[in-house]
Amino acid sequence: MTPPRASDLLVIGGGLHGCAAALFAAQAGLRVTLLEKDSVARHASGVNAGGVRRLWRDLEEVPLAERSMQMWHRISDIVGEECGFHPVPQVKVAESEDDLAFLAARAERMRAEGFTHETIIDRKELRVLLPAVAEHCTGALVSEDGFAQPFQTTRAFARRARAQGVAIHEGQQVRRLSHEAGLWRAETPEAVWTAGRVLNCAGAWAGGIAAQIGDVAPVEPIAPLMMVTQRMRPFCSAVVGVARRQLSFKQMPNGTVVIGGARLGRVDPARNRTDIDFRELAQTARTAREIFPLMAGAAIQRCWSGIEGRMPDRLPVIGRSARHESAFHAFGFSAHGFQLGPATGALMADLIATGRLAPEIAPFSITRFAASAEAQSQTRRTS
Amino acid sequence: MSRKDLCIVGAGPAGMAAAVAARQNGLSVTVLDEAPRPGGQIYRDITRAPQQRQALLGPDYRAGAGLAQAFAQSGSVHLAGASVWHIEEDGAGFVLSYSTDEGSRVVEANALIVATGALERPMPLPGWTLPGVTTTGALQILMKSAGVLAESPVLVGCGPLQLLLAAQLVAAGRPPRAIVETVPAENMRRALKHLPRALRGAGYLVKGAGLLARLRRAGVPIYRDARDIVLEGEDRLEAVSFRSRGRAHRIETGSAGLHHGVVPNPQVTRLMRCEHRWHDSQRAFVPVCDAYGESSVPGLFVAGDGAGIRGARSAALAGRLAALRVAERAGQAASPEIAKLRRALARDAAVRPFLETLYAPCAQALSPAEDTLVCRCEEVTAGQVRAAAKAHAPGPNQVKSFLRTGMGPCQGRVCGLAVTALLAESSGRSPDETGYFRIRPPLKPLSLSELAEFVPDEE
Amino acid sequence: MYTRSEPVTTPVHFTFEGRPMQAQAGETVAAALLAGNVGAFRDTPVSGTARAPYCMMGTCFECLVTIDGRPNRQACMTEIREGMAVTRQKGAA
Repeated sequence: MTPPRASDLLVIGGGLHGCAAALFAAQAGLRVTLLEKDSVARHASGVNAGGVRRLWRDLEEVPLAERSMQMWHRISDIVGEECGFHPVPQVKVAESEDDLAFLAARAERMRAEGFTHETIIDRKELRVLLPAVAEHCTGALVSEDGFAQPFQTTRAFARRARAQGVAIHEGQQVRRLSHEAGLWRAETPEAVWTAGRVLNCAGAWAGGIAAQIGDVAPVEPIAPLMMVTQRMRPFCSAVVGVARRQLSFKQMPNGTVVIGGARLGRVDPARNRTDIDFRELAQTARTAREIFPLMAGAAIQRCWSGIEGRMPDRLPVIGRSARHESAFHAFGFSAHGFQLGPATGALMADLIATGRLAPEIAPFSITRFAASAEAQSQTRRTS
Repeated sequence: MSRKDLCIVGAGPAGMAAAVAARQNGLSVTVLDEAPRPGGQIYRDITRAPQQRQALLGPDYRAGAGLAQAFAQSGSVHLAGASVWHIEEDGAGFVLSYSTDEGSRVVEANALIVATGALERPMPLPGWTLPGVTTTGALQILMKSAGVLAESPVLVGCGPLQLLLAAQLVAAGRPPRAIVETVPAENMRRALKHLPRALRGAGYLVKGAGLLARLRRAGVPIYRDARDIVLEGEDRLEAVSFRSRGRAHRIETGSAGLHHGVVPNPQVTRLMRCEHRWHDSQRAFVPVCDAYGESSVPGLFVAGDGAGIRGARSAALAGRLAALRVAERAGQAASPEIAKLRRALARDAAVRPFLETLYAPCAQALSPAEDTLVCRCEEVTAGQVRAAAKAHAPGPNQVKSFLRTGMGPCQGRVCGLAVTALLAESSGRSPDETGYFRIRPPLKPLSLSELAEFVPDEE
Repeated sequence: MYTRSEPVTTPVHFTFEGRPMQAQAGETVAAALLAGNVGAFRDTPVSGTARAPYCMMGTCFECLVTIDGRPNRQACMTEIREGMAVTRQKGAA
């Protein structure tokens, strides 16, 4: 085996979060090596719905999402490409007066917390925004957010990272990660890589990496189902969800309509394999047709599913390892991490380079699972 | 829901022969096919074509009538007009989702024979998207299925189909204006070393010589070694121009048939993630199969041109062979017929290396000029694919994400091999290393309403 | 560009872009349109250029037309029926 290849920071995982953190860490002066087991943007980062969404986020995530939103608006300054970013409204449609009251209560709560981006629109305003929406819809909660092209975005971060000196190695699956004599040592089938610090951005596979260094992170691999139609005439210029049902719906500038909505396929992460469950997708199709009756005439062109990592509390793990000063995590974005990518990358790089923990990422420490794992093992002992 | 011993996708020669053999061995069989009537493309509408049309098309077409009749009497369930849009493994076998005029349904089977045949090898030449430019196969299908004939077409490319269709048009009294053959002179020299083996299947050679003689008698001009082909026209084809043996030609016509061979239809075997290998002489990916046609997915067999191009006669033999193997798996004694079928297949394949060398694909279409469209649906040029390859898009799936090649309605059927070839050319890597589009369901575009109403468990 | 080599014995009546046309029962919409000398079946949604059937076997999707109001129908895979209203597919459906 060749002698170890050394750097200051090893990033494991070439998704959006790994590539963004690598870019910003390099800009902060670190020598960075990124190891990707397949190819950059191969999984969740390349094939997600591309929603750049602050709307309806968990309150804990909102400050981080706000920070990221500012970065999205100058994404071409950051990575030198537009990334297909379109600032458009994200909309959560109410299907009844009761729904609308439910959404209004949320808007109220957000205002009470000091966040003003989510606002209510009424039945008439909804029809101005979405002329094709079904007759029964009563209004919506709206936020000026957007969408982007996930594959292009992740590749753009990777390209800019390379240009800043990050060594990105694809096809390098980390089989073993260990801490020896003050250095992190990652073994891939082809080489041994060492660095003073390590960042785990391995998505659905991050739980295994965390476990190797003694951290507890119950990551569940999931496969959110997506479908895309043939090109249709322009009829929808917002990203649309529904108050009490699962739907993610948007028409791309080329006319195709991308539809998802949290319904899950089957997943085999060891073989990089997902299988489409059409019983589930049929429900998504029904919802899409009920919200936009003209979708009855749409033709589905392709269905797919990326492999994402989901946490039990649906919140990401971002921050320092519970066990090691020099190890860090950013994973488990639970199928809504795309928008958070730029800010998470920037704040993680800051934490790794300077030790400063930004308040926006403070709520997401991995220690919350260490505590519950401890409690669980105690329960087992006492029972 | 009843589970079948065997499902067969495709009712061409391989599918029909497989169904007949499986029924003879007592298996329950369902055959799904998109077309309203059996026959596939080679025997398209054989059960409906009038006698006079059958006579013009000749004995190779009429040979399908007997097979179609045996199939009709076999006791197989024939789901006509059924377009299979998804196949899953369920542990014990396969679940097929298919679309009909009455919506989508599912059928289950212990074993699966994929008999989805071949596609025309895409032939990206300047102007190939103009109305009036079709594949040569399309012109023949029009003749078989409707007795509709192109007026004075120019047949561009190479391969036995060009000669066959030309002879059929001559027989119908509407000879083609010209055959523009893209075979360089050295191909014949190279092919000669395969001639001794090809003589084992001398019938094909005799047939080819006969076709050529008929075309000569009818005075159909054949231009050899054609290069720099352009299909000219504003909003429809007006002329075909090219150089042949150093001289420039321009032939006015409203119809051109393009053909430089056919390739295995990869959609089902790719969807099922069967292992595929590049076949150097056929210049296409073929699924890796054992001597019976079983792929790397246990229980999934591929019979006919989908397993590698060997023509209709071999397809029927391979369909029968696969079905006997399925019967053997289902507990029947191994059939003594198996050894005979394998010998017949070997004999029938003897001519292939000769044909594949002589009629190697057209070089101009294998490496199209920068501004020639390779993806017809999304209108992406060869130059754009080469540029994407240079800008860190090493694989077909990355190119797809950047350029939408393969994301249009044809789902990559037309541009797939062209994209792989362009990437391999740019990187210097082999087609095997370069790979192919990942094929995802639905296999054919599916109406959203039809999916919305899809409740498979209630069948 | 295309002609029938056989007489129409079992006529089926349909319209293309509102124009009355006749076909032989059992043939495909694509064969019927070509025999009726229809040049372009659709305009592409990308550049708006005219297209017509290329493969006639369900592979290329160049023959997409709207039939009785339903867009994205493969003319080469659909049997012609009495009274069908066929229209060109202009750009995206």
